[in-house]
Amino acid sequence: MLSDVVVPARAPWSAVIPAGRSLTITDLGGNQAVDCLVYDAHDTAVRYSAPDTIQAQGGIYLSTGSVLMSNEHTPLMTVVADDCGRHDTLGGACSKESNTLRYGHHTWSQHACVDNFLAEGARHGLGKRDLVSNINWFMNVPVEADGTLGIVDGRSAPGLSVTLRAETDVLVLVSNCPQINNPCNGFDPTPVRMTVR
Amino acid sequence: MTTATTHGARDHARAQDGTEVEAMPRVPAPDGAVWAETVAGGNYTHKVLARGTELRFTDVAGDACAHVLLYVADRPFERLNVADTVKVLWNAYPGAGHLLLSDQGRVLASVLAADAAVETVCGTSTSARNAARYGDGSPHGASPAGRELFTLAAAKNGLTPRDLPPSVSFFKGVRVDPDDGRLTFEGSSRPGASVTLRAEMPLIVLVANTAHPVDPRPDYTCTPLEVLARPGTPTRPDDPLWNSSPEARRAFLNTADHLTARGVA
Repeated sequence: MLSDVVVPARAPWSAVIPAGRSLTITDLGGNQAVDCLVYDAHDTAVRYSAPDTIQAQGGIYLSTGSVLMSNEHTPLMTVVADDCGRHDTLGGACSKESNTLRYGHHTWSQHACVDNFLAEGARHGLGKRDLVSNINWFMNVPVEADGTLGIVDGRSAPGLSVTLRAETDVLVLVSNCPQINNPCNGFDPTPVRMTVR
Repeated sequence: MTTATTHGARDHARAQDGTEVEAMPRVPAPDGAVWAETVAGGNYTHKVLARGTELRFTDVAGDACAHVLLYVADRPFERLNVADTVKVLWNAYPGAGHLLLSDQGRVLASVLAADAAVETVCGTSTSARNAARYGDGSPHGASPAGRELFTLAAAKNGLTPRDLPPSVSFFKGVRVDPDDGRLTFEGSSRPGASVTLRAEMPLIVLVANTAHPVDPRPDYTCTPLEVLARPGTPTRPDDPLWNSSPEARRAFLNTADHLTARGVA
């Protein structure tokens, strides 16, 4: 095992994971959204692309067998085990700014994922331009027939996990989502475990 | 005409003046327009537009696909955020009345009219994918990839590949199965279909006219795209769109707040 840490509720986390190694994300409290970006560790201009991932697998949900593709359509990581069964590619991250639109300006002083990404990304030389549509592990975002889309109650539970194998050396950036205004965390952010093997 | 001498070469070059082809910019744009251009299939274009400009894309022959990225003109680190665009307004299939949102909770552009698909899920194509599907994805090859074309358009505005987030596209529909999330490609609307945007901020507009990335046809198919922009007026509080939803109202308020603080609106 290379590392095994519990990321507190609302906190960021990052690690470089060598090719062939794996990351297991465990939803300790259940129903906790884990916002995640992946970069080529040697060239961060090459990064997770939600559209390329969706193109490659012909669908919007991630589960076992899904390959996280880069913006150059190369594989970054593969989902090799998944207890939850469905993870989101469309919803992106919460931000102080988008929270003002989604809920109202009273949310301005609350924590948000984009701030976690910016703070943790800065440790690796990443900035605002490096943030793109991210994965939300354990978050449930259905799209209805008329296109109505939204974050609804999660399908996860305490102890469920997802495991990703690095297909190349990758930098993984995570925000353990602080959102308290919608069901993505059951309105109660909880810790998650990050295990790199 | 000889081109063996400088004078001959000059005459030869100058004799091309006035040549008209189907895909070209019209300079100056006629009839009060500020941008009039036909973009060839597999090509790109870009422009900086004033706030309020009405920008219409038309699928001339029925197989255009306009991949579009938007940036705030004088601060391009504020740019289109497709995730917020679908999440904040609760819809993955935008049409007339939808807003294209920036990452800063503001409106970059509103969709004034659309009788064609506005596609938010699949983004554009890459060199690797087009090479695998059609044998080539390079920008000057027979089947240019959208990302390669965006890279060129971005560079001409001082931007790099790090500045290319997921894009939206017009004219090719994709639907998501409500049960399993699988994609279905719905093809084009019809020749003459159009999508009209209104710039709610001063914008850098990047456009790549290239085959949709999940178009299942074995041959790369992309026909000309017409672009026409006219001066207009940004959405005001008395416009029904301003209060069309609580989210839209706050997005317009945030935009006005930002521009007011800067002294530009």
